[in-house]
Amino acid sequence: MSQELFDSMKQSIVDGDPDLAAELARKAIAQGVNPLEALNQGFVPGVNYVGEQFSAGEMFLPDLVIAGEAMKAAVAVLEPELAKSGGHREVLGKVVMGTIEGDIHEIGKTLVVTMLSATGFQVYDLGVDVPVMKFVEKAREVDADIVGISALLTTTMVKQKDVIEALEDSGLRPRVKVMVGGAPVTQSWAKEIGADGYSEDAVGAVAIAKQLVGS
Amino acid sequence: MPGQPKSVTNPRLKLQVFSPEEVQRIHTATLDVIESVGVRFPSKRALDIWEAHGAVVDRETKVVKVKGHIIEDALKSCPPVYSLAARDPQQDLPLDGNHVWVGTDGCGVEVIDLYTGQRRVSCLQDVIEIARVADALDEVGFHWVPVSAQDKPAKTRGLYEIKAIWENSTKHVQTESIYNEHEARAAIEMAAVIAGGREALRKRPVLSLMQCTAPPLGHDGGSLDAALLAAEAGIPTGFMTMTACLTTAPATLAGNLVVGNAEVIAATALLQLAFPGAPVFYAAAQTASDLRSGAYTGGGPEDFLFGAATNILADYYNIPLSMGSFATGAKEPNWQAGVDNSLSTFMASVVMSDMLLGVGFLHGSRIWSYAEMLMDCEIFEIIRRVIGGIEVNEDTLALDVIKAVGPGGNFLTQKHTRQHMREIFVPQFMDRRPYNIWEEKRDGAVDWATAKARQILETHQPVPLDPGLSAELARIIALAEEE
Repeated sequence: MSQELFDSMKQSIVDGDPDLAAELARKAIAQGVNPLEALNQGFVPGVNYVGEQFSAGEMFLPDLVIAGEAMKAAVAVLEPELAKSGGHREVLGKVVMGTIEGDIHEIGKTLVVTMLSATGFQVYDLGVDVPVMKFVEKAREVDADIVGISALLTTTMVKQKDVIEALEDSGLRPRVKVMVGGAPVTQSWAKEIGADGYSEDAVGAVAIAKQLVGS
Repeated sequence: MPGQPKSVTNPRLKLQVFSPEEVQRIHTATLDVIESVGVRFPSKRALDIWEAHGAVVDRETKVVKVKGHIIEDALKSCPPVYSLAARDPQQDLPLDGNHVWVGTDGCGVEVIDLYTGQRRVSCLQDVIEIARVADALDEVGFHWVPVSAQDKPAKTRGLYEIKAIWENSTKHVQTESIYNEHEARAAIEMAAVIAGGREALRKRPVLSLMQCTAPPLGHDGGSLDAALLAAEAGIPTGFMTMTACLTTAPATLAGNLVVGNAEVIAATALLQLAFPGAPVFYAAAQTASDLRSGAYTGGGPEDFLFGAATNILADYYNIPLSMGSFATGAKEPNWQAGVDNSLSTFMASVVMSDMLLGVGFLHGSRIWSYAEMLMDCEIFEIIRRVIGGIEVNEDTLALDVIKAVGPGGNFLTQKHTRQHMREIFVPQFMDRRPYNIWEEKRDGAVDWATAKARQILETHQPVPLDPGLSAELARIIALAEEE
């Protein structure tokens, strides 16, 4: 019986159907299925399958993103149940992410946020035009493992450095890794400002984030 | 003193991407989006203007919803024809629907060094040197700021860039790297210095301003304020959409055009409502995001179709178009660059887009390459000739000559041949040598283009800017730095 439900869960992720995923999660709870089992045996295999298909070139970025949305819907239903039973879902790490002050460009940052969430990171998306200190405050508040800073303009890119310096000044830097990205950002700029990770695209950013948290 | 730059003009080739009914459907869909969904205008000045003209303004979200007739009426005051002025009036560029002009592309962050061949961070000296090379090339009609002067303070970087170009070229300058009120104000003052006062600038705009939209359906506040200032000063101003299928636009090309069109015509209407008759242009570089990475692609069949489609929209609104072409995603000047830049530029040229952006970049407008710049110029020259078509008249039919030579002869000694031979294309960078010569030398287009760029940089002397004017520009920048 459960296996059938788990298969439907996997399929809801593969099909990228958030409504169905949430409905199946509620069904699992109603049937008394352990929420962690529902997650790990039902939904996660769906995410893994989409990831494998993507790597094989059979699925594309929109497949990943929409599977991520479906996963989010399932997690939103299961997580409170999980907390009730004193458990918690396995999170790869906590990431604070935003587009730097003076810059309203959103799409690249949002892609990375979605991909990291889908992979199993807990992501706090600060949005766009984020002041330097906001990154620091949020990182402290949630005890972040990674801070991600996006910039699309050469004039705002320079403030990625300010965030790193502010993290240093506040004493957080030793326990927080910093990732930078955005069209004008290069590997050499990342190195120059002392960032720990850089990727040109969202798929690469996930790999870097995993490396940074050592998983 | 050089003459007018080369352009595609009097085209014989025609390409029809849309029927009139299809253009109408795109327009109607666009108005539907602007009226029912709205466009975000995060600028107090812009919102005030919209409100004063009857739009529904949400001050909280900054989203403006406008009735179709307000947009249509506003667009009627756009001047259909005007010229981009150059320091040298012979290099003025009429935007009259019968010329396609090419600019340098922008705004990159790295340069392949002309002498070491190494990739490095761009700086002001690069802006200077690229301007000098562009000044010497007949194919380049105007400048964009090619690369970012990253060794100058972020606050006034855009001002150093335009000063550098004016000091090293007599051609028109269009900046895409000034996107806030503070710099725009100073830039207009600087342009007035070059033109000889604010009124002279209105008549001879030696500067034009290009602002990027923030798709989907949004704008940047600083860009809007800068554009309003420029329009007020009579400086040609355009909004460029870079909507990308999958990410910032629907996956379908028609849907992409609707989103970008809504951004551009809403902002253009705003400028006309504020300053009726202000010279404006449509600008676009739509693309399809890469299916695997989501990245901006800079090439591919979708880009080529957008290149051919957008001028039909701009023509529908009767305003000039600045269209993204070239700008390959290739990492070095290679097969991909040749395919991308030839097809994108052909498609945008054959429909007579007024301005093309532009020559010189690799890796999706990020890395400047002088070799690519010169090879792009050759691509443009080939396309220019192709679109010129085949002239048929008594002289070109050459009946007399054919009769004189007869079967088995040759045409080499005919006067007619000498009269017309220089109409035939002589490549600079195509390898037509015997195989054994190539085998011995193993060189090619990139080597020759690099050598030519070096030679231009080392020998070309642009007509200098009056030192008094230079000093005045420096003074304005210094003031802007203090403010």
